[in-house]
Amino acid sequence: MAVTKHTLVALVEDRPGVLNRVSSLFRRRNFNIESIAVGHTEQPNLSRMTIVVEGNDAKVEQVRKQLDKVIEVVKIVDITNDNPVARELALIKVKATASTRSEIIQIVDIFRANIVDVSPDSLIVEVTGDEEKVNSLMDLLRGFGIREIARTGSIALTRGGAGPLQVEEVKAPKQLPKPSIREAETPPDW
Amino acid sequence: MKKTGAQILCEGLVREGVEVIFGFPGGAVLPLYDTFPQYPQLRHILVRHEQGAAHAADGYARATGRAGVCLATSGPGATNLVTGIANANLDSSPVVAITGQVATPFIGKDAFQEIDITGITLPITKHNYLVLDVKDLARVVKEAFHIAQTGRPGPVLIDIPRDILQQEVAFAYPENVDLPGYKPKFFGHPAQIKKAAEVINSAERPIIIAGRGVIISGAFAELRELAEKAQIPVITTFLGIGCFPETHVLSFGWLGMHGMAYANKAVHNSDVIVAIGMRFDDRATGMVSAFAPQARIVHIDIDPAEIGKNVRVNVPIVGDVKNVLQALNQQIIPGEHMEWFNQLDKWRQEHPALVIRDSEAVLPQYVIRQIYEVTKGDATIVTGVGQNQMWAGQFFFYDKPNSLISSGGLGTMGFELPAAIGAKVGRPEETVWCIAGDGGFQMTMQELATIVQENLAIKIAIINNGYLGMVRQWQQLFYGHRYVHTQLWGPDFVKIAEAYGIPALRVKDKVEVTPSIEKAIEHNGPFLIDFVVEPEENVFPIVPPGASLIQAIEIPKPEKVTGLG
Ligand SMILES: Cc1ncc(C[n+]2csc(CCOP(=O)(O)OP(=O)(O)O)c2C)c(N)n1
Repeated sequence: MAVTKHTLVALVEDRPGVLNRVSSLFRRRNFNIESIAVGHTEQPNLSRMTIVVEGNDAKVEQVRKQLDKVIEVVKIVDITNDNPVARELALIKVKATASTRSEIIQIVDIFRANIVDVSPDSLIVEVTGDEEKVNSLMDLLRGFGIREIARTGSIALTRGGAGPLQVEEVKAPKQLPKPSIREAETPPDW
Repeated sequence: MKKTGAQILCEGLVREGVEVIFGFPGGAVLPLYDTFPQYPQLRHILVRHEQGAAHAADGYARATGRAGVCLATSGPGATNLVTGIANANLDSSPVVAITGQVATPFIGKDAFQEIDITGITLPITKHNYLVLDVKDLARVVKEAFHIAQTGRPGPVLIDIPRDILQQEVAFAYPENVDLPGYKPKFFGHPAQIKKAAEVINSAERPIIIAGRGVIISGAFAELRELAEKAQIPVITTFLGIGCFPETHVLSFGWLGMHGMAYANKAVHNSDVIVAIGMRFDDRATGMVSAFAPQARIVHIDIDPAEIGKNVRVNVPIVGDVKNVLQALNQQIIPGEHMEWFNQLDKWRQEHPALVIRDSEAVLPQYVIRQIYEVTKGDATIVTGVGQNQMWAGQFFFYDKPNSLISSGGLGTMGFELPAAIGAKVGRPEETVWCIAGDGGFQMTMQELATIVQENLAIKIAIINNGYLGMVRQWQQLFYGHRYVHTQLWGPDFVKIAEAYGIPALRVKDKVEVTPSIEKAIEHNGPFLIDFVVEPEENVFPIVPPGASLIQAIEIPKPEKVTGLG
C-alpha cells in the first residue's frame, strides 16, 4: 500500500493535557507526526487539531481510530481525499544587504508574501500558503542566506457545504447507555 | 450540604456501588483515610504492597464484572500501582485507581513524594484525571466509573491532591455524564449483521474464535446459541477460556502458542472465522501473514480500533457482543457441517494435546488435573504466568462461566496471589485456587499477610519446579539448552506459609497429590501446598516464536521424553 501524506482534523475538548494525550499516542503507536497545529474553533470549549502524518491508508486509519478513543477527542476525520484547502504560515528571517534587498522584495511580491520587519542586515518575510508554496519561497530565499525560520503546521478545511467536523448540538442530557459489563452470570443454564 | 473532597469521593464510591477498596495509606491520602470511619459500608482491605492492591482490584473486577477499586498515596505508592494498572489495561479490566497527590501549591515543585502519575499512566489507562478543583471531584468520580465500566472496559486513574481532599464544597452527585467524545457503540450495524449471517450461513468449514469480550459482555448464552444453531465448533483464546463450556461437544480447545494443535489446525484450515470479542493478539495468531489463509473473517468487537489492526477482516461488526449476537442469531439458518466435523475429529485424535505421560514423578499437569478432579471444576482458578499458567489452561476443564482469571496481555508474574485475593473477595462463596509458579509467587508473596488479616480461604498451589520454568523451556528449545539465570533458589514455602499462620503441606510424591488437595479444600481457611514437581517438564504444544500456528512442536514421542525430562 502506498505511503502518502494524510491530513487528519480533530475536534477536541479544551482540557489540560489533551495535546499531550494526542501527541504521545503517535509515539506509542510508532507513528510519525509531520506537523500538528491546534487552535480554537467557532464552538466554545472545543479546539481543532490539524495533524499531518505519513503512512499507508491502513496504518493511518488505525491511528485515526486510536485517536478517536482518546476521551476528549469528539470527532476525528481523515480529509485527505476531500480535496481540502490547506495552509501554513512561515516567518523567514533572511540576510539582506543594500545590494540584495530589492531582489528579495521582488521575490516576496511574486509570492504575495509580506515583509514584516526590516533591520539593517536582515528582513523577516511572512508567507501563507500550502506547503509547496512555502517550500518554494524558502528555496528561493536560501540563496540570500536564511537566518531563522518559524513554520506553523498545516491547518485545513474541506471546501463547500457542511464540513465533516460539524458536531450536532449534544448538550441535552442523555440517558446513560447501559454498561456493557454485566455481572458474571451464574452457571445454571448456559 | 457542604462536604470535604474526601467525603465527596466516599459518597461517589458508595453511589457507584463500591463495596471494597484495596489500598495502602500515606501522607497524601491521610485526609481520605481519616474520613473512612464515616463510611463503614466501604470495606478497606490493607494490602502489603500497592502492586497487590492494583492486581486485587483487577481480580475483583474480573470475578464480579464490576469496577475494582485500588488506592495509594502519592509518589512511590502511585508508582507501585503502575504494573497492575498496565495489566488491567491490556486485559480490558475495569479498575478505578485512586492516588493521592501533593497539595496543589506544591505541584510542579518536585515536592516530597511528588510524581506525575497522570503522565506516567497516560499510555496505560483508558483515561485519567488530575483533580485541581474540588468542584470537579463528583463529576470526575462519576465519569471515571462510567468510562471504566462501559464500552471496552479499562482502568481509569484519579489523582487527587491532598488539599483538594480537605477543601469543602456544596455536594451534588451528577445523574449523568456529559462526554461528547465518548460514545461506545452498543449495537451492531444491521447491514453488517446481515452480511455476517450470509457469510456464516454459507460456510463449509466454519469456526468460532471467542475471546474475553464474550465474558465481559456476559454473552455466554448467546454464544452457545450461535454455536449450536449454526453447528460451529468453538475455539477460545486463552483469555476466552470460560466463555463456553469446555466439555460441550462443540468445544474445540483454545488456539495460540500453547493452544491445542488440533485447534490451531482447525483455525488454519477454516473457510469462515467468526471472531467474537477477541483481538488477534500475536500469541493467539502466530505469524500473522500465515494466519488462516483461506478464511473469510467476521469480527465482532466493541472497540472499532481492534478491527483490522492485526489481521484483515471481511465483515467487521462494532458493538457489544451480547447485543450483536442476539441480532445475529435470529438470522442464522440451522446448519450442519458433517464433513468438517469428521475432519476435526480426526485431527483431534491425531493430535492428542492433553495427555499426561506416564510418570512416577509429580507432574505439574497431573497436579492441575487432580485439582480439577477434586473440585469437579467447581472453582475459580487464578494463575501466575509461565508454565503453570499454560498447564492451568490446558489440564483443567472450565465449564463454569468466567472461571479462569489470568494475566494474558501483560503476562505479569506476581499477579496470581493478589488477584486471587480480589477474586475471593468478589466471590466469597466460591472455592478459589491460586496456581502459582515458584518464581511468580516470590514476587508478591507478601500478600499472604493480607490473606490472613482478612481471613480469606484461598487455596494456594505452588507448582515448584525450581526454575523460571517458561524461560528455561525457551532456553532449552531455542537457546541451545543454555540455562542462563533461570535456576531459582526458593525458600521453604511451607515454613513461609506457617510463619504467616497458614497451614501448608509439601508434596513430593505422586500419591500425596490428591489427598493434599482434598485436605486443602476441607480446611476452613487459607491453605498452601508446595508441589515439588518434575523440574524440567515442558509445556506442549508450543508454536515457536515467529512460526505459523500449524508449525507447533507437539508432545515429543515417548523415546524423546527422557531427554526432555
Ligand atoms: C514480572 C515479570 N517478569 C518477567 C517475566 C518473564 N517470564 C515469563 S514466564 C517466566 C518464568 C516464570 O517462572 P515461575 O513463576 O516459576 O513459573 P513457571 O514458568 O516455572 O511455571 C518469566 C521470568 C514476566 N512474565 N513477568
